[in-house]
Amino acid sequence: MAKIIIPTPLRKFTNSQSSFESQSETVRAVVQDLVDSNPSLGPQILDDKGNIRSFIRIFVGEEDINVLDGAQTAVTAGSVISIVPAIAGGSF
Amino acid sequence: MSNNKTGFSKEELARYSRHIIIPEFNIEGQRKLKEAKVLCIGSGGLGSPLLLYLAAAGVGTLGIVDFDVVDDSNLQRQVLFTVDDVGKSKAETAKKRLLALNPHITINVYDTKLTSENALEIFKDYDVIADGTDNFPTRYLVNDACVLLGKPNIYASIFRFEGQVSVFNYKDESGEFGPNYRDLFPEPPPAELVPNCAEGGVIGVLPGIMGSLQANEVIKVVTKVGEPLSGKLFLFDAATFQTRTLKVYKNKTNPLTGENPTQTGLIDYVQFCTVQLPGAKKASELREVKEISVQDLEQWNNLGHEYQLIDVRESYEYDIVNLDGELIPLGKVAEKENVAKIVTDKKVVIHCRTGKRSADAIRELENLFGFDNLYNLKGGVVAWAKEIDQSLPTY
Repeated sequence: MAKIIIPTPLRKFTNSQSSFESQSETVRAVVQDLVDSNPSLGPQILDDKGNIRSFIRIFVGEEDINVLDGAQTAVTAGSVISIVPAIAGGSF
Repeated sequence: MSNNKTGFSKEELARYSRHIIIPEFNIEGQRKLKEAKVLCIGSGGLGSPLLLYLAAAGVGTLGIVDFDVVDDSNLQRQVLFTVDDVGKSKAETAKKRLLALNPHITINVYDTKLTSENALEIFKDYDVIADGTDNFPTRYLVNDACVLLGKPNIYASIFRFEGQVSVFNYKDESGEFGPNYRDLFPEPPPAELVPNCAEGGVIGVLPGIMGSLQANEVIKVVTKVGEPLSGKLFLFDAATFQTRTLKVYKNKTNPLTGENPTQTGLIDYVQFCTVQLPGAKKASELREVKEISVQDLEQWNNLGHEYQLIDVRESYEYDIVNLDGELIPLGKVAEKENVAKIVTDKKVVIHCRTGKRSADAIRELENLFGFDNLYNLKGGVVAWAKEIDQSLPTY
């Protein structure tokens, strides 16, 4: 099963869940499984057409999916998918 | 007579001994540090360890940009400051503390807000910029100024238990610049995902960890010892001790460094960062909430005006300090039984800690239920405690 790691700013949409596992075989399908389990997360990370929003970066292992096959990047058991949002804190 | 031809005083040689005896660092690395000019944006959570370590390490010239003053709530993590410093300028206080730590260095203070108007002028005299700010407009401003001036941007950012570090716009030995912040994050997140005061916060030691990693990258970039974190993003989760190092690539659509650059100067970064999810209310609509100052509310109390007071914070916050309002947390404010508690025949003042959540609550109630009698308490319970009743605690 592929594991997707949910970053802190998005955990308010996942009931504080920090990771999610899925049997699906592409990044997009895993993200859809995550969104199906947490509907309020959907509009945060997907646009109207179902594309992953540009302020969210997704990595499989250490690679940005944009240099792989984008949302259709294949994942296998043991794949670790990271959702990486911009965070701004430093002095607050 | 001295045989010392190093350019370092006897005191400096003694001080930097543990650097000098590292074979690949040695006196040459120390000399590069002494000759370096490093500008730190922010002297808060990240800036504290960053500045302390860079000063201790012997960076010859340190610049500090910070217009803030020390607050009680800073002391949980901003280890540059003490109780005696509360209310004083952070940049000036930091300078004093750092010179006490290392008198062999020069500290330049910029007790001003970094803006598109002054950034290039301040940055131009420095070799390396270290970004420890706390907001997206300044993050993009620092990045763009670094790119325009060809300077490396040593980046760290924190949120709750989570931290990020990278080295952006690093010029390698072949003269090629590495990715910058806009390659990683082409655009800021929408306002809905920028945490409000109830969702923010940071574990105090995290900026200590990330700011120290940032200082390490500054030293590596200056001395050319080791491999800087260019083209990589390091992530640290202090809660789970999960660490990841991800690859960062240049983005063809980067408006500064992409294939068809469209931006040649600095822009209005507040406007750039005022983005929202499609379908969300426009920024202009978001600003239109009726407000009342804490002074006017006190006046209402003195004159015996009747009004309802609603507190939209969480119950654990209410237990710390409250103004005796009806507690309806923001997340539950639109629930039927709670809406029924809000009166329509007199004015209703809604407050939170500093005013953001209460403004959100008012917008929600106005949009969904048509209320027109709601007033946001400007500055929230914190303003009340500071300006009206100093016996109350703040947090």
